Amino acid sequence: MLLSDVLETHGYDFLEYSHASIKRRIIRLYALDNFVSFAEFRYTVKTDKQYFKRFLEEITVNVTEMFRDPNFYKALRNDVLPVLGTYPFIRIWVAGCSTGEEAYSLAIVLKELNLLQKSLIYATDINPSVLEKAKKGIFPLNYLKGYSENYVQSGGAKDFSSYYTANYSLAKFDETLNSKMIFSTHNLVSDHSFNEFQLILCRNVLIYFDKDLQHKVFQLFDNSLEKLGYLALGSKESLDFWSRAKEYRRLKTEKIWRKL
Amino acid sequence: MEETIMPSKCKALIIGGSAGSLDVLLEIFPLLSDEIDFPIILVTHRKSGNDALLSDLLRSRTKLKVNEAEEKDKIQPGNVYIAPADYHLLIEENETFSLDYSEKVNYSRPSIDVTFHSAAEVFKDKLVCILLSGSNADGVAGLKTVKSSGGLVVIQNPKTAVMPYMPQQAANEIEGGIILNANEMAEFINKLYSYKTS
Ligand SMILES: C[S@@+](CC[C@H](N)C(=O)[O-])C[C@H]1O[C@@H](n2cnc3c(N)ncnc32)[C@H](O)[C@@H]1O
Repeated sequence: MLLSDVLETHGYDFLEYSHASIKRRIIRLYALDNFVSFAEFRYTVKTDKQYFKRFLEEITVNVTEMFRDPNFYKALRNDVLPVLGTYPFIRIWVAGCSTGEEAYSLAIVLKELNLLQKSLIYATDINPSVLEKAKKGIFPLNYLKGYSENYVQSGGAKDFSSYYTANYSLAKFDETLNSKMIFSTHNLVSDHSFNEFQLILCRNVLIYFDKDLQHKVFQLFDNSLEKLGYLALGSKESLDFWSRAKEYRRLKTEKIWRKL
Repeated sequence: MEETIMPSKCKALIIGGSAGSLDVLLEIFPLLSDEIDFPIILVTHRKSGNDALLSDLLRSRTKLKVNEAEEKDKIQPGNVYIAPADYHLLIEENETFSLDYSEKVNYSRPSIDVTFHSAAEVFKDKLVCILLSGSNADGVAGLKTVKSSGGLVVIQNPKTAVMPYMPQQAANEIEGGIILNANEMAEFINKLYSYKTS
């Protein structure tokens, strides 16, 4: 069907995504773009490069927030980053970074711990258009109130508005933050390990993958993580059923594991 | 209640509710039979961060196992699953859960519509869905799908709802839905036969 076409013609493999959610995305897009028939939709996806760009953008779920799950950021701030701070250099991978809110949140915490200058954040996603947005670090101003509340709850003590300049309806984040970020496309399904990290964040991406694919991605992370490095997942994701989970120890209450 | 409305098989029961539905759930749960042998899935709108609270409240009122629905969990009969705050809850063909952090639907995540639609595809005419009190129309479109897939649709009598808007919309738009008072719900649920492959 449609997804096999996508793999054959465009090289993107969505076959091991959780069926219910990918199907919902496809049907949503089909209805949104007013195709006369599903056959026409399928044909357009297959043959029209420009449309496929839209397909990729819409089929992936790019919803994200700054300081989402404040307690998670509190654990990074108090338990994880101070340990990494003892290293001469910190390499972090944010996999499935979407429009970058997570990477900017992380950079803020690093900055407050005086670690940003020796850190490098690799932020990757399958979807090139979200990366374009992430590079700019410009977010809608009307979300900032919520983000600022999250920030305070996560243990942030500065004035959140000192990190951005507001311009009409947009907030542009301080360029010292993204000066330490490298953005690149990377497909967790088909691309390989490209570096070794001390911390990998991959949150709310694996919920879209079936169990087998999740386990392949854990293997990829394992190959990309230094000994004693940390792996952080989304609040509803878990390493538990992976065959090599025993080689990792979970940090108290958060979905953060340390490689032993 | 008329006996004729009783379905012959139920593979899953899904209860959706928003503002004012907690009271109804707290009324229903102590009266549920321990012998219920289909899964009960709850999708309610609430603030994120209160996940444990709802599970705890319900757990103390029933012998059925109450848990938050987890990603890839196999849906088991006789268990109560609560949709986690801030994720949509979907049901896979192989009767496991998927969570989805996509756009809100009807200003809600979890959205009742999303779970009703998804469950209707999987359980078809062996699905029973109940819509309780609430002040927006989330769930109404989903109930329509459930109905047209042959499932059974139950709506809380708006007169007994703290927030009548949601059940009223459903009652207006869906023909052949069963309207029950809050205090009739538990008995109705206990009488749902479970689906047994013969
Ligand atoms: C719901 S967002 C999560 C954003 C952020 N990590 C958070 O938790 O808020 C999921 C992201 O995963 C990306 N994604 C989906 N499939 C991917 C894949 N195969 N490889 C890399 N990224 C992927 C999507 O494009 C999307 O930006």
